[in-house]
Amino acid sequence: MAPKLPLHHPVEQSSTASAGGQAAAHPAPPRGLMRWLLTTNHKEIGSLYLIFSLTMFFIGGIFALVVRAELFQPGLQLVVPEFFNQMTTMHGLIMVFGAIMPAFVGLANWMVPLQIGAPDMALPRLNNFSFWLLPVAFTLLLSTLLMPGGGPNFGWTFYAPLSTTYAPPSTTFFILSLHIAGISSILGAINIIATILNLRAPGMRLMDMPLFCWTWLITAFLLIAVMPVLAGAVTMMLMDINFGTSFFNAAGGGDPVLFQHLFWFFGHPEVYIMILPAFGIVSAIIPTFSRKRLFGYASMVYATASIAILSFMVWAHHMFTVGLPLAAELFFMYTTMLIAVPTGVKVFNWIATMFRGSISFEPPMLFALAFVVQFTVGGFSGLMLAISPADFQYHDTYFVVAHFHYVLVPGALFAILAAAYYWLPKWTGHYPNVKLAQWHFWLSVIGVNLTFFPMHFSGLAGMPRRIPDYALQFADFNVASSLGAFLFGASQLLFVILIIKCVRGGEKAPAKAWEGAEDLEWSVPSPAPLHTFEHPPTFRRESE
Amino acid sequence: MRTFIVWMAGCLVVPLMTTLAMANGWNMPVGVTDVSREIHSLHMTIFWICVVIGVVVFGVMFYSLFRFRHSKGAKAAHFHEHTLVEVIWTAIPLLILIGMAVPATATLKKMYDPSDADLDVMITGQQWRWRYEYLGEDVAFTSNLGTPRESIRGDAERGEHYLLEVDEPLVLPVGRKVRFLLTSDDVIHSWWVPDLAVKQDTIPGFVNENWVRINEPGIYRGQCAELCGMDHGFMPIVVHAMEGEEFDTWLAERKEASAQEAQGVDREWSMDELMARGEQSYNAVCASCHQPDGSGNPPAFPALAGNQALMDDRERHIDVVINGVSGAAMPAFRNTLNPVEIAAVITYERNAWGNDTGDLVQPAEIAERLAD
Amino acid sequence: MRNEAGRDHDNRQGVRRTVSKTLFALAGMFAFAFALVPLYDVFCEVTGLNGKTSASAQALVHEEVDTSRMVTVQFVTRGSAGLPWNLEVETRQIRVHPGQSAEVGFAFHNTGDSAIWGRAVPSVSPSRANPHLRKLTCFCFQEQRLEAGERMSAPLVFQLTRDLPEDVNTVTLVYTLYPVTRDEAALQARASGGIGDEA
Repeated sequence: MAPKLPLHHPVEQSSTASAGGQAAAHPAPPRGLMRWLLTTNHKEIGSLYLIFSLTMFFIGGIFALVVRAELFQPGLQLVVPEFFNQMTTMHGLIMVFGAIMPAFVGLANWMVPLQIGAPDMALPRLNNFSFWLLPVAFTLLLSTLLMPGGGPNFGWTFYAPLSTTYAPPSTTFFILSLHIAGISSILGAINIIATILNLRAPGMRLMDMPLFCWTWLITAFLLIAVMPVLAGAVTMMLMDINFGTSFFNAAGGGDPVLFQHLFWFFGHPEVYIMILPAFGIVSAIIPTFSRKRLFGYASMVYATASIAILSFMVWAHHMFTVGLPLAAELFFMYTTMLIAVPTGVKVFNWIATMFRGSISFEPPMLFALAFVVQFTVGGFSGLMLAISPADFQYHDTYFVVAHFHYVLVPGALFAILAAAYYWLPKWTGHYPNVKLAQWHFWLSVIGVNLTFFPMHFSGLAGMPRRIPDYALQFADFNVASSLGAFLFGASQLLFVILIIKCVRGGEKAPAKAWEGAEDLEWSVPSPAPLHTFEHPPTFRRESE
Repeated sequence: MRTFIVWMAGCLVVPLMTTLAMANGWNMPVGVTDVSREIHSLHMTIFWICVVIGVVVFGVMFYSLFRFRHSKGAKAAHFHEHTLVEVIWTAIPLLILIGMAVPATATLKKMYDPSDADLDVMITGQQWRWRYEYLGEDVAFTSNLGTPRESIRGDAERGEHYLLEVDEPLVLPVGRKVRFLLTSDDVIHSWWVPDLAVKQDTIPGFVNENWVRINEPGIYRGQCAELCGMDHGFMPIVVHAMEGEEFDTWLAERKEASAQEAQGVDREWSMDELMARGEQSYNAVCASCHQPDGSGNPPAFPALAGNQALMDDRERHIDVVINGVSGAAMPAFRNTLNPVEIAAVITYERNAWGNDTGDLVQPAEIAERLAD
Repeated sequence: MRNEAGRDHDNRQGVRRTVSKTLFALAGMFAFAFALVPLYDVFCEVTGLNGKTSASAQALVHEEVDTSRMVTVQFVTRGSAGLPWNLEVETRQIRVHPGQSAEVGFAFHNTGDSAIWGRAVPSVSPSRANPHLRKLTCFCFQEQRLEAGERMSAPLVFQLTRDLPEDVNTVTLVYTLYPVTRDEAALQARASGGIGDEA
């Protein structure tokens, strides 16, 4: 997704010459590979993040297709169960930590400084470091597949003792790679917090920020709060495996269930880390293409904050069948149901924004609308899963798989795609090809629903998740899911073609690429020059 | 307009599919216990509430998309907040949620009923089989996957209950309260039979509790629900529920059979007898990891065929089969197999696939090792 | 110009403050993760969660025996991989009154041909009963060493306190035997994975 950025924008350069101090003329950056290796520019690093995440998306996608190919019909045809388990595990890990999270960090890198009128991220060199940790982490993670005994095969939730006492020898490398990816996320979060809190254009209050910045600020705080807990949990695993401790080993006085508490104390906020920035993106796109201000800005901010706070009080809803006492089941059921309230407020606000707007259906809007509908479907199944007695039937079945894929694929991923379509004109100076975008959209929507909708039924009918082979009564819906998955996977190639075309040329975009777009990023030229807002812009509040 | 029609069509397809699928049994089973019935009706209630909310919310959304289109010259209004509306759509969901929480709480309390049970069954998860122990009745057995490996690979027909069949089902009485105590020998498993609405994790070193009172005789099938390693997909559960008297007869007969098998320990077994018995047990219990041809699956599961260390050290071989290896996938078969089976398996492993050591391990020798 | 430079300076100071605050929070959360381990134990002990019982002897609560009520206490013993021991309990279940203390005999037997350390790990179900089960003497508090063929009998003395919830009529106490790895060699054998030793 690397746009060809002009090295200097003439107007900017002449104005910086007089600024003195650190804002002096920028030295010519190194060329070729070194330029990308050493860059401290938020736009270039943003592009690197996005390219990296797209690559990981395809690798994780191929793993998913291996899984779907094996599940196309009953019996073991293509892979052996051990390898199947490695594929499901790697698919989950790569998509969560390698595709979705870096994509949001990439978008934040590009857009947060532009949206708040800052010249760059607050800590540019740290920014470079936190990106380059990622390729290291994921090369290490992928290399475990080639090690004796294979890669991680215990699910992306890596429950002990399957992931400790009974794990393949490569688990130590898996832990190391998770540590590195975790450090990268933490550094990215620190950078975003420091940028948003300190580098806003003069006059811009927090409550004036676009919602994408708000949701990312809250996401960053979530990352700061829970990534260390994940680091702690995997460190305990490491010690159990290599140093004979017994944190999660009953034989030595430990408790395997403790691992699940630690994991989900991280894991549930992690789920919101993957969806809050998506809320921000959709909250930018829907007003733009409804040509109307976002309805209930303040309540959006409060809803995001309440979701974040509630996310620390619901973790054990992932563990309803683990043998919790009645009081705990009730507590976690109630808190989980409560999350529906702020989430509902968000959906209502989006719809109220569209109500009596002036709506058009450009590609970003299509993806944003699909997000609203399908994320809500995922929300409904989430509400069903929250009902603890019913969860005894849903838990660990394909119903759960359907639920979280609805939230993460037509949810988070569609929001990322919407963001790409929305900001591509700003990144490349060209509009993406509309015909190709529409094909991409419709094939993706059909593919995604064909894949994941039938999973609700296979789950309800009794198909457990993470199995390489299944009873004959589950066959029909698995055929549908597999066909859908291949359709969805193939249609993402259109997206790659579209991006390449868009970088190379296409209809020229003006600074304000979309008629209804109001935020600060649309005041800089398209494509955005390498250095923007070296003089802080004057922020004008929209008159009430 | 075209876009809109496609959207609407798409939105109609989904509920249509849902209704069709649910009518065809692609839904949570109603089950055969009071609890399972209650959970099913709870599930359907919440489902329909979601459908109604969805119709209203998406209805307004699609109305807006249709009615306020830029291409039809719609002019945007200027409102962007309305306190009363916002309060209302915070309060209404809250009320709906309370309405859901009330029946859910009641059902959950029923599921945690602590009243006395008529029968206690200990369920132990093991990679990758279940062990059932009727506490106080001297009846215990393991329940292995009944589907032959050939039909998984596609070399043989797949029967009606492919992957949901076992060599010996758990037999339970109808109308009596059965208490399950669940634990595991190795990793976390989860014992799940949809028709009984029982899903409970088995945690190594800890014991969980659940219960069931089955209303109708029948055969109910389920599977392990928690990823437990390689053969997670191949550890089914079959529950055979029978009338109380029939169950009592079965229990007495099963007790008798166990006692008879125990007697085989005292006599001298011939090589052929041991090899035949050993092959049977090996294929049921050992072959999933060490493979039917003994080639194993290194590094986790070493090869047994042509394994020189195994052939040289008979004592160590016996010790590993009886006591397992701590912290590895090799379980202690003292807990799951009787002395005859252990002796037969060891004899088989020492003489099959060209291992030809000629060693004979008598059940009496194993029994002596296990004895107090 | 002056203004510009001043703002830059303020910004850098602000960034530094923000970063040090977040780093502080980070360190706190990392420590919190490890603090969760003992916190969880305390939490389990208070609520009985997970049936994890106290790891040391408790004192008898002197209270009147509630003769109006009988509770069944069941005992289950289990072996595990890598420990050639038998653990037998003299009685499968006993009936006790809340408040009363009772003694049950257990017998260990090492059927293996070498000395080995082991431990019996207890678990109680239902977990709600756990805070009300007081163990006065238990072999489960410490690791045991048995010579080859050695037998050992050990008592369990316990009391169910009167505040045991009304609806709890059966308490099950499960002991699982686990080997204790005491030397480096065994530890390494374990780490290198499995029944490779068999080979």
